[in-house]
Amino acid sequence: MIRGRPGLVAAILVAAALLLPLTAVAWRAEAWTGLAPRDWGALRFTLWQAAVSAALSVLAAIPVARALARRRFPARGAVILLLGAPFILPVIVAVLGLVAVFGRSGVVNAALAAVGVDPVSIYGAHGVILAHVFFNMPLATRLILQGWLAIPGERLRLAASLGFSARDTFRRLELPMLRSILPGVFLVIFLICTTSFAVALALGGGPGATTVELAIYRAFRFDFDLGRAALLGAVQLFVGGVAALLSLRLALPSGFGAGLDRAVPRWDSAGLGLRVQDGAAIVAACLFLLVPMILVLAEGAFHLGALTRSVWAAALRSLVVALVAAGLTTALALAMAYTATTWRRGGVVEIIGTLSIAASPLVLGTGLYILLLPVVNPVRLAIPVTILVNVLLALPFALRTLIPAMRVLHDDWHRLSASLGMHGLTWLRLVALPRLARPAGFAAGLTAALAAGDLGVIALFASPDQATLPLALYQLMGSYRMEEAKAAALVLVILSLGLFWAFERGGRHAAPA
Amino acid sequence: MLRLHDVTLALGAFRLQADADFAPGRITALMGASGSGKSTLLAAIAGFLAPVSGRIEVEGRDVTALPPGDRPLSILFQDQNLFPHLDIARNVGLGLRPDLRLDRDQKAARDAVLDKVGLGGLGSRLPRDLSGGQQSRAALARALLRGRPWLLLDEPFSALGPALRAEMLDLVASTAASEDLSVLMVSHDPGDARRIAQDTALIADGRLEPPRPTGPLFADPTPSLRAYLG
Repeated sequence: MIRGRPGLVAAILVAAALLLPLTAVAWRAEAWTGLAPRDWGALRFTLWQAAVSAALSVLAAIPVARALARRRFPARGAVILLLGAPFILPVIVAVLGLVAVFGRSGVVNAALAAVGVDPVSIYGAHGVILAHVFFNMPLATRLILQGWLAIPGERLRLAASLGFSARDTFRRLELPMLRSILPGVFLVIFLICTTSFAVALALGGGPGATTVELAIYRAFRFDFDLGRAALLGAVQLFVGGVAALLSLRLALPSGFGAGLDRAVPRWDSAGLGLRVQDGAAIVAACLFLLVPMILVLAEGAFHLGALTRSVWAAALRSLVVALVAAGLTTALALAMAYTATTWRRGGVVEIIGTLSIAASPLVLGTGLYILLLPVVNPVRLAIPVTILVNVLLALPFALRTLIPAMRVLHDDWHRLSASLGMHGLTWLRLVALPRLARPAGFAAGLTAALAAGDLGVIALFASPDQATLPLALYQLMGSYRMEEAKAAALVLVILSLGLFWAFERGGRHAAPA
Repeated sequence: MLRLHDVTLALGAFRLQADADFAPGRITALMGASGSGKSTLLAAIAGFLAPVSGRIEVEGRDVTALPPGDRPLSILFQDQNLFPHLDIARNVGLGLRPDLRLDRDQKAARDAVLDKVGLGGLGSRLPRDLSGGQQSRAALARALLRGRPWLLLDEPFSALGPALRAEMLDLVASTAASEDLSVLMVSHDPGDARRIAQDTALIADGRLEPPRPTGPLFADPTPSLRAYLG
């Protein structure tokens, strides 16, 4: 029990950190003179690629989710874990992996060349979409799998007793479920894809493959046209805001594998054909996710020695960014979750905490640059700004985990704590932290992994001597030092997933059984 | 003395009127059908529900506005009386200092109370490693250690079997007598009241009837008690 409303203070800080940069963007947006044709092109491409990416992700996810929903096999837990991994995998590492498979000298082109087909290029619109499907097909699978597992077992038993075939079950039970959840899944992924920066930076770029986020970066970095960057930022904010409003009531991922560990017994799917179909869906999904990673990481292991001192320095910077962001996010989220659950008007705090899903890293970065410019050289603050933006972007996920946990804590232990007079730090130390260790560890781990792998605002601000590891990796790719890039990717994956594992594990260890 | 001065409680559409005195140094049973508001009344006395009107006085002090932890009473709930992540010694030690920074004398006092309720040597166990009866004893030990004059029992032993429940009630009765505790206990079982309560008060039709000596009351029940007993 804490007197006062610490979460309200936190929420006001968060609101200021979000709204001030956004106001600066709106204010500097070049008198709203209208968009140049190439900016319209960027907007069109952003919407188009997001729609195509979301549609393909959802379509590819349906057979995989269906297979996971109705099959039990020994590695099922591992597959579900694998489907959760892309969420915390650094984007630039995945891009490197996709280049290794689909790039000019990649596996696919080698195979095509062997049968005399011209090589395909991964750079351009289809590369951007491919990478988005790589990241979002697993997310879609998990969200759709939740829908599948929410079909009551009684209804499947009833279907079995009525002699439903797999096709009948699909039409009577599964199709209605899909109709109700697919629009939400599509929108969530559409929203994610509209703010895509790192993928577009690495794989897109041409006139037909520039997202608004990338256009902001270019206006900023190459033309140093703050007004145009701000105008594009306002456009991006509008797109993100509309998509966020549409998907406000829909699920964001809040856990890895929670509740996904059961398969509902099915009596209609025992036929060999359906078994083969399900097996193929699962194997294809796993190969699609694993092969790029294995190619990068296995080769990277051989070149670790080639990494220069500056890459290791970048790794250290990323570690600091990740740790500070994780600590700040968790502290803010704990305070906000407390006030959100105990204050009558706590809903306001919760809303402020999720506002940032409408903001994008580059828009926030542009706004912060405009704000800082009169006061200090923003480039010198590249690392603190990166931390701040990562805290803001990770907050909705942290709250998504901590608010329900805080609610349970309050319902179960509020009376006993109050009757014993446990308040403030005593309550925090003896009741809240031990009982919330697990969700807090998860939130911290998620934030650390996302911040360690983030290639967003740092690209906008940093001079080469301030690069974080993802930026250093991008620079290595840009200068075609692929072997070092793969070694750096290995370090980055170990850093991101290792931080997630350590925090999550630590929380679980500290939590009472 | 625990006095309820024209107290009105409201919870949604439910309303309860209470105007009664509970004598100190005695065990009073609070009876009534389920849903009659027994636990609601206890929650109000313990400080979890603010009365719409009226005053609650304990030992001559108006406690109506005091937070739960500052009231001169301890309460045992139906469940969740022990933090599952703290061992028994720490759960009990909370009764002395909520921040658990106990000095040597306080630790000795804690261990003495654990001995008294028959949990000597079990201080390092977690609640889940104890039986239901032992968990009840630990919660009672903490209430004793807090040394507040009033003890409120919101059916904390209802999950125990009949023999164990009788044993716990007897333990409450004997410690109440030796520690000079005043007890107000919710019960829906006339047997519990007859076993240890000198007085019994009934809640019926949204009203608390003042406590009367248990023996005579059961020998010559009021109309509402007769209706409750069936």
